[in-house]
Amino acid sequence: MRIAIASLTCAFAAIFPAYAGTLRVEPGANAQERLQTALLDAKAGDTVEIGAGRFELTDGLSLDISGVTVRGMGTDKSVLSFKGQKSAGEGLLVTSNDVVLRDFAVEDTRGDALKSKGSSRITFFNLRVEWTGGPKATNGAYGIYPVSSTDVLIDSIRVSGASDAGIYVGQSKNIIVRNSLAMRNVAGIEIENSFNADVYSNVAMHNTGGILVFDLPNLPQKGGNSIRIFSNRVTKNDTPNFAPPGNVVSQVPVGTGVMVMANSNVHVYGNILGDNATANVFVVAYKQKFDDPGYSPRVKNIVIRDNEHGRAGWAPGFVGGKELAAAMGGAIAPIFWDGVGGAAAGVHVSDKVAVLTLGLDEPLTPLAEMQPGPIDLSKTPIVAMPAAVVLPTSMEVALK
Amino acid sequence: MKAFVSAALLACLSIGASEAPPVNDALILGDVLPLKLSDFGLLMGKQGLTPAVGVMPYKLSTPLFSDYAEKYRYAYVPAGKRITYRADGVMAFPVGSVLIKSFGYPADLRKPTENLRILETRLLIHRANGWVALPYVWNADGSDATLKRAGTRIDVRWTHLDGQVKNISYAVPNVNQCKGCHSLDGAMMPIGPKARNLDQDFLRTAAINGLPAKIDPIPVWNDPASGSIDARARAYLDVNCAHCHNPRGPASNSGLFLNWGQVDRVALGVGKRPVAAGSGAGQYSFDIAAGHPESSIMLYRLASIEPGVAMPELGRATAHAEGIALLSQWIKAMPAGDVK
Repeated sequence: MRIAIASLTCAFAAIFPAYAGTLRVEPGANAQERLQTALLDAKAGDTVEIGAGRFELTDGLSLDISGVTVRGMGTDKSVLSFKGQKSAGEGLLVTSNDVVLRDFAVEDTRGDALKSKGSSRITFFNLRVEWTGGPKATNGAYGIYPVSSTDVLIDSIRVSGASDAGIYVGQSKNIIVRNSLAMRNVAGIEIENSFNADVYSNVAMHNTGGILVFDLPNLPQKGGNSIRIFSNRVTKNDTPNFAPPGNVVSQVPVGTGVMVMANSNVHVYGNILGDNATANVFVVAYKQKFDDPGYSPRVKNIVIRDNEHGRAGWAPGFVGGKELAAAMGGAIAPIFWDGVGGAAAGVHVSDKVAVLTLGLDEPLTPLAEMQPGPIDLSKTPIVAMPAAVVLPTSMEVALK
Repeated sequence: MKAFVSAALLACLSIGASEAPPVNDALILGDVLPLKLSDFGLLMGKQGLTPAVGVMPYKLSTPLFSDYAEKYRYAYVPAGKRITYRADGVMAFPVGSVLIKSFGYPADLRKPTENLRILETRLLIHRANGWVALPYVWNADGSDATLKRAGTRIDVRWTHLDGQVKNISYAVPNVNQCKGCHSLDGAMMPIGPKARNLDQDFLRTAAINGLPAKIDPIPVWNDPASGSIDARARAYLDVNCAHCHNPRGPASNSGLFLNWGQVDRVALGVGKRPVAAGSGAGQYSFDIAAGHPESSIMLYRLASIEPGVAMPELGRATAHAEGIALLSQWIKAMPAGDVK
């Protein structure tokens, strides 16, 4: 044990110098320049401390120094307000490694709230992100937005009002999203074009869709796989879709619990699901035309097991859904699959609820040609579950 | 110490000899960030309008749009050092070089040389461990400029080409935002001085190793004699967008690559759906809808000045009507049905 601690200390010392400093910034006049200057002056190992109060900001902030912690006094005390933002695509952009963002709030950014691009070992902890005017198409797209990042920890976030996804992880690797609350966003939590993600102990309520696992064409990283969605509460996702129409999430039907699209080796288990008008879980191919030979629009090896199901499927928000629900006695099954790929898709469902297939042949087969019917997927062999995501020890230690 | 004294003596002597103080090479190569632009000795006179000896002005065939600001560009290469030609990308400037760009507005854009107000001067300094970006903001009296690492905003007013008065909140970028554009594989890099975009005078007079006899220049975006609409639109996109939108740049995750050599139509935006555009997508489904500029996200974002929608994200408090007109022509001429 002593050896373990010693080696840990060494690992830490290698990343951070011995003497860490604190750069404290208080709210008030010229907050923009003072806070940005602190983010420029910080050295590896330093903490930029955001004092209690409201910071009225006019431009995006950015951090490009590795090994820096940005820490507020609490999510209701230290508030970065971007209501008067005049430029930049996000509130705070991180482009360095080994960064911890914690204990503050970000409100009303014009674009995304907190973004990291190309960061390794990035931690978002105990943050509140909010668009205070409620759901609006003009709200920023993403609340927490790591992209092209490796080793991502998202823990204890509260996010509401995002016009795309409250928590969005894109084109990243080795990801944990946990203990977070996403409400009144279009998508609560979205994992897109990513590899190895564990999404657990989150609550996604009153979004359009609760938790989405997507893969899209024409991006540098694609072929999303090895995702585990477990021990989450995904209920009452009832906010009408307010995404700008061009975005892929604008097609997510209201009342979606968990949606899996064009990914492989996704395991959805041990969740509490219910009161989702379209479905508690649905599994589909990517249904747009695309020009990308390296992209597969199909799902492969999806496992849905041991979830608790409440009411679902009484108003399916896709074309023909209403008629389908009526034909099936007022509601479709809580779980449905578009049927694309047939048995070769390897979709396993052993939850104790009915499952509906839409019986579509190909990703681009129009919904009008669906041949819906009940299906038993409990005999589909279960593919081995991906190993639990393990992040570098330094990241968990930093939260102690 | 002795070395220092003799260096100082030498400096004094050379001042005596040539009247103008030399460019401060030691400061350029050192590790301090001088608070005053004048410390470098790169620009002389009121508002720094006179380059020092050895500081060479240059022009670009197709420049970046910066809210209609007039821009004055200079390159400084230390005595005895040479630039190395590169066919692709920015030429290799030796350590000790400085790229200098001053931004300002005349009172009336139709008389660009009169009543000029220089707002800021940005330096890109090539130090031993890489390029460093430093934004300096000019004093009201134009006597010197002060380092503003965190950026600032300046209210600017001018009479536009159409005679209308324009008022904007001009943004001086912070040094991270400088890197937001000047970044390749995460390292700070110059953008502008690519051989194919540099003026012939500069190429002829600067000390450049390996310069070929003939360079195929990119067209001048607003000069129809210099190239087809397609070529000029691509030049415009290369200069205004590709510093982020290239496979190694800050917007690599978008999959939208607008660099000059790009041949993949989808990567160029044709029939490409938005990924993480948020409200930037507006009501539209494709970055470029071939034949339909009015429903192309690219033009929607270029025409907007809303943060979160506007592209480029920085340095855009106005829309570039003339650039939008060129790209509209380009998209309108594209045959529809490019997507399989």
